[in-house]
Amino acid sequence: MNRTVDVLVVGAGPAGLALAARLAGAGAGRVEVLEREQDAGGVPRHCHHGGFGRPPRPWLRGPAYARQATEAAVGAGASVRTGVTATGWAGPLSLDTTSPAGLERITARAVVLATGARERPRSARLVPGSRPAGVLTTGELQQSVHLYGQSVGRRAVVVGAEPVGRHAVRTLRLAGADVVAVVTERPRGTTVRGIPLLTATTVSALRGRGRLSGVALHHADGRSGVLVCDTVVFTGDWIPDHELARRGGITLDPGTRGPCVDASFRTSAPGVFAVGNALHGVESAATAAAEGAAAAASVLAHLSGAAWPDAGPPLVVRAPLVWVTPNRVTGLAEQPLLLRSGEPLTGPVVTVGQDGRLLWRGRFPGRMSPSRSLRVPPGWTTLVDRGGGPVVVRAR
Amino acid sequence: MSVTTGGALPGGAYDVTVIGAGVVGSAIARELARLPLRTALVEACDDVGDGTSKANTAVLHTGFDAVPGTLESRLVREGQRRLAAYAADAGIPVEPLGALLVAWDEEQLGALAGLAEKAVRNGYRSARIIPAEEVRAREPELGPGVLGALDVPGESIICPWTTTLAYATQAVRAGTDLHLNCRVRSVTPGDPHLLGTSRGPLRTRHLVNAAGLYADEIDRLLGHGDFTVTPRRGQLIVFDELARGLVRHILLPVPGALGKGVLVTPTVYGNVMLGPTAEDLDDKTATGSTAEGLALLREKGRRILPALLEEEVTAVYAGLRAATGSEDYAIRAHPVQRYVSVGGIRSTGLTASMAIAAHVVALLADGGLPVTGARELEPVRMPNLGEAFPRPYRDARMIAADPEYGRIVCHCERVTRGEIRDALAGTVPPGSLDGLRRRTRARGGRCQGFHCGAAVRALFEEGRR
Ligand SMILES: Cc1cc2nc3c(=O)[nH]c(=O)nc-3n(C[C@H](O)[C@H](O)[C@H](O)COP(=O)(O)OP(=O)(O)OC[C@H]3O[C@@H](n4cnc5c(N)ncnc54)[C@H](O)[C@@H]3O)c2cc1C
Ligand SMILES: Cc1cc2nc3c(=O)[nH]c(=O)nc-3n(C[C@H](O)[C@H](O)[C@H](O)COP(=O)(O)OP(=O)(O)OC[C@H]3O[C@@H](n4cnc5c(N)ncnc54)[C@H](O)[C@@H]3O)c2cc1C
Repeated sequence: MNRTVDVLVVGAGPAGLALAARLAGAGAGRVEVLEREQDAGGVPRHCHHGGFGRPPRPWLRGPAYARQATEAAVGAGASVRTGVTATGWAGPLSLDTTSPAGLERITARAVVLATGARERPRSARLVPGSRPAGVLTTGELQQSVHLYGQSVGRRAVVVGAEPVGRHAVRTLRLAGADVVAVVTERPRGTTVRGIPLLTATTVSALRGRGRLSGVALHHADGRSGVLVCDTVVFTGDWIPDHELARRGGITLDPGTRGPCVDASFRTSAPGVFAVGNALHGVESAATAAAEGAAAAASVLAHLSGAAWPDAGPPLVVRAPLVWVTPNRVTGLAEQPLLLRSGEPLTGPVVTVGQDGRLLWRGRFPGRMSPSRSLRVPPGWTTLVDRGGGPVVVRAR
Repeated sequence: MSVTTGGALPGGAYDVTVIGAGVVGSAIARELARLPLRTALVEACDDVGDGTSKANTAVLHTGFDAVPGTLESRLVREGQRRLAAYAADAGIPVEPLGALLVAWDEEQLGALAGLAEKAVRNGYRSARIIPAEEVRAREPELGPGVLGALDVPGESIICPWTTTLAYATQAVRAGTDLHLNCRVRSVTPGDPHLLGTSRGPLRTRHLVNAAGLYADEIDRLLGHGDFTVTPRRGQLIVFDELARGLVRHILLPVPGALGKGVLVTPTVYGNVMLGPTAEDLDDKTATGSTAEGLALLREKGRRILPALLEEEVTAVYAGLRAATGSEDYAIRAHPVQRYVSVGGIRSTGLTASMAIAAHVVALLADGGLPVTGARELEPVRMPNLGEAFPRPYRDARMIAADPEYGRIVCHCERVTRGEIRDALAGTVPPGSLDGLRRRTRARGGRCQGFHCGAAVRALFEEGRR
């Protein structure tokens, strides 16, 4: 069956829902959100801890936040369809979908990719050893415990010291497991009271047949050993879920591995936008939702016939920085840019330059962690020469 | 017909028992199921195909590079023909991609003529040497330095999991008893033979040893010792389906003085595979991967297909070849003992399985097994796991008839609830989540369960209640 809508949003997480709410509220016509899970809300659905939202509103637990975001979109008039997967492209602005109701081909005037991100699993991290049961990511762990009430093991090791690791620890404890250690390759990490944090340490192998029996560890100073455990959770190390973007031939940014977008969330494909974690891996739900809301204006402009600008000069980073979003400059950015370092930096000085010309320089007090983005004010984007070379962001 | 997973084994003597439900043992059981006999297939693991048969490179070989004149050469050639035909009927995905043996240096280039000539001696006449420009045109993503290739158009890729499962399913439906979680520990030769298993005694008049890596140990229980299995590990890296566009053929290495190289091949699931290593070990359970092995594969893969290394890895695994030090299979008949030993099925057993089965049944007949009254088996039609064939999530008619085929549970691999339900209710149901993955691909994709792991587990646990 073929259908037409005005805006088709893929993914009903915080980003997609916030965008749909804005658009529907602004009278964008038929705004349809596709969600492949049985419930809308995205990752917060299975985050039972508090800490969602943005002051001055009270912090919410994930499921309540997911519910509110869904209700806001539906209340504004968006159609949020669950159990529907966008499986591929049938044309520049047409997607094929599968649901229990059958196959559909939906064509839109604007398509928005809000497909979120995932943690890279053990295999992608090339952790050697056996392939036993008991090897999880935080996403699977939280769903197991909070959505399905499944048992996890008794002794667990958490890998990764990004903030998400704390949630893995909490969830494991809630499920009755002992967390014996948090392990990170980095020199520092988020500590959790009562649990040893092993820094500068890699998991060199998984052990066990059938069920995990332990993880072999290797410390940067040469020491090694085995931690006995029946569960290991690989946390953090996010990668955008970019399958649709790639299958649609949309340019990806080598740093974020999400679609390349300008400050108006426009990708390299006319009419296709991208928002939320699909752009950059994990940020807070509020950040993802703010991107969704901010994209509404550009989607509306596109619907009313605004031209799709040529890709401006790329925005690139130099080590130790790993990525910046947006990654194209096509005009004035209104939101701060998100900038990520691969290493911890203290009081970094950030510079932005183009063809040897300094566009901006700023010092950030305090520590910059590899698991949190810096927000770079966007005023300098008006100074960019649209016909010039790459805009380079550096940090010292 | 039955599948048992625990408890005591049935009494009375079986006419014939096959030890080991890998691809070879299952093929033999299937062949025996055509006869009016009481047959048992016993397997130590909780599933069929849980040994080497689940962890190989899944190439349906022509046998062009076998050692001419060996039993292996004949059975691979014949097995390839049989399995290709069977796969088409049973719905086992096969893609006839053809292989290119790419030469990267003068020595390898020089070796191609000999390989082409060897192919002819193996009865394979379609191999030909092609120049570098043609190789490049056919595989634009190859790394620099290609000098030429041997084109072997008859090589295909196949689904190893569905193959074993199809054999076992057909055997069980035709009356074979499949006893899982049943390890054979002792054999008291006699008439009948008395097998001591982890699930108690089992009696059988005729015996087939298809125990793969352990075939030498079973052989010794019957008083023989003419071969020893040395596991040769092959580690493999499976890349994301987004890499599939990088390669069109099975890219085989040219064997040379510096040892065998590695291959790069698409899989029927739409991934790209890189491997295997070749490491002689003495531990028959060492199916883990190692940092050194993975580093070696990545180094070799980078030369062959540089862009591949930029892609995400969805799985890493290792299989153990049952090497015996001989350049041939070690299939031995002991007619007086009414016993056939199927050893040393090294790196071609998937391809040769059906031909091995026919050969083994003929050897059993020499030992007095009555082989009259053979009938055609009820055909099986297996659920398709291959990307080159229609899958339920894209099939409007299937979804209209049963909406569960429109309910995608595993998003990366697009596996529906209907398929999971069918697998759990299958003739040979899975014994673990890994077994469910081999039947459906559920949890086998790039997220490895981040999105769907808990939901799939819930369905599995519910389906087993
Ligand atoms: C363990 C954990 C703890 C967290 N804790 C906090 C916290 O305390 N506070 C906070 O603010 N943030 C927290 N976050 C981050 C927050 O959940 C995310 O930033 C936010 O959910 C991102 O929103 P999104 O819409 O970009 O993506 P997602 O929430 O990932 O949503 C994307 C949606 O798209 C759907 N989808 C993808 N592809 C398709 C397709 N092809 N067809 C149909 N649907 C599709 C997915 O099913 C999914 O529902 C946490 C995250 C995790 C993992
Ligand atoms: C890395 C690699 C790549 C390969 N690539 C290919 C390829 O591309 N094409 C190809 O055709 N072949 C290939 N092969 C070879 C092929 O996988 C094997 O030849 C084939 O799987 C052997 O099957 P099998 O049934 O003999 O052994 P297995 O699959 O090992 O089955 C033996 C079974 O016996 C059971 N068993 C053992 N002892 C006992 C006992 N005492 N009691 C009960 N049960 C027992 C085991 O549990 C096991 O399930 C490859 C092999 C490897 C390792």
